[in-house]
Amino acid sequence: MSVTVSLPSILSRLAGGSRALVANGGTVGEAVSDLTSRFPSLAPRLVDEGGQPYPFVTYYLNDEDIRFAGGFDAAVRDGDELTIVSAVAGG
Amino acid sequence: MISGLALDALKLRPTPALGREELLRYGRHLLLPEVGIEGQRRLKAARVLIVGAGGLGSPAALYLASAGVGTIGLVDFDIVEVTNLQRQLLHGTRDVGRPKLDSARDRLFDTNPNVKLELHPTRLTSANALTIIGQYDFVLDGTDNFATRYLVNDACVLLGRPNVYGSIFRFDGQASVFATDDGPCYRCLYPEPPPPGLVPSCAEGGVLGVLPGLVGTVQATEAIKLILGIGTPLVGRLLLVNALDAEFRSVNVRRDPTCPACGTRELTELVDYEQFCATIGGDAAGLDAVPQIEPRDLAIRRASGETIQLIDVREPHEWEISRIDGARLIPLHRLESAITTIDRNASVAVYCKVGTRSALAVRDLLAAGYRQVWSVTGGIVRWSREVDDTVAEY
Repeated sequence: MSVTVSLPSILSRLAGGSRALVANGGTVGEAVSDLTSRFPSLAPRLVDEGGQPYPFVTYYLNDEDIRFAGGFDAAVRDGDELTIVSAVAGG
Repeated sequence: MISGLALDALKLRPTPALGREELLRYGRHLLLPEVGIEGQRRLKAARVLIVGAGGLGSPAALYLASAGVGTIGLVDFDIVEVTNLQRQLLHGTRDVGRPKLDSARDRLFDTNPNVKLELHPTRLTSANALTIIGQYDFVLDGTDNFATRYLVNDACVLLGRPNVYGSIFRFDGQASVFATDDGPCYRCLYPEPPPPGLVPSCAEGGVLGVLPGLVGTVQATEAIKLILGIGTPLVGRLLLVNALDAEFRSVNVRRDPTCPACGTRELTELVDYEQFCATIGGDAAGLDAVPQIEPRDLAIRRASGETIQLIDVREPHEWEISRIDGARLIPLHRLESAITTIDRNASVAVYCKVGTRSALAVRDLLAAGYRQVWSVTGGIVRWSREVDDTVAEY
């Protein structure tokens, strides 16, 4: 399956400057692994040492928080949109 | 229609009459059937607390005052600095060095002398947050750090006050309305903050000056909608603003039944939020324990002929602004690949802008087996102020 991934600008720098990427996998976790294998410096910003999502980085599959839909095991379909949002505190 | 104890109380509160000057001043509001005389009187009866008179608080306060919100509370303890002026519209060049609340009071009085301002020249803490926030119908969060954001959230949940949230970094902004009766809270969205140092502050990472204008006016809009009870509030949605791509979109935020604040309600009192944010991920101990060197001490040791490798872990565009003589640029994200170029047998002093990235670098160097390594306390900013003022501060 191929999904479109949208990154915040703070992380796009670690993905070759691109905010919109295509990732492959059958689940959200596999799509994220695909990204982190292609852009290793993204890995510590997206997942913890156990490969699980951080509590301060939220993953939205078609605008829904994956924590309420199976987390990284949530299945993805071709054309799905994965939006990654990182907590920021500036004001 | 959104509900909430505080908002219900606002709806029931007697609304004050409007004078002739006010009828004229708010004429464009009165023409909107969704506002009208009754809505404008409700705005006048409202009490809104803005936490932070900075990038977000400035446009929010200006628009709420212009709109005729009757009482605006402002919490801030900072002094106006020249670096604030790129985005903090409440303050002007002549205000540099004054308390932010003084310049905010002057600016807002000029904007609308009908507004009653209540100034709280203090840091919001676990000791005073419930007392201060409890005096208002709801809060507009314009703070600049995670600890105060969790404090504001928890106090709002405990008091039943909505929290009109906004935050910004570089070109990205976020906004939502938390802690209403039926909506999620900030902890539902982010159960824990990032470990210290992982997400840079605007002081280190920068922010597009107009971005707080975009997000702060969204917060002001949501605040006015809450008071008037009109439209669809940003409850259960997180608005994502990307200034670079001119993109506004929202994603859904659900109330988390396991949330300790609004879900299980196991959080029954405010905690130590500095501690909460500092100990996350177990990283704080690592950063706190990093060996430091004062800028003056480093200058003295270098002047005495001691061989110290000076490594600058900022980004190339910061290096272009100013640098310390004799330094070598290795941006933090390239440190791992460049680590073999740093001599293990000589001392190493690492600096960045204010000392956060250099502490992360020193921690990594220590882990890689380097023995004599320091982070320069306060970075190039303190070097500029205390050692060499020909090095530009930014």
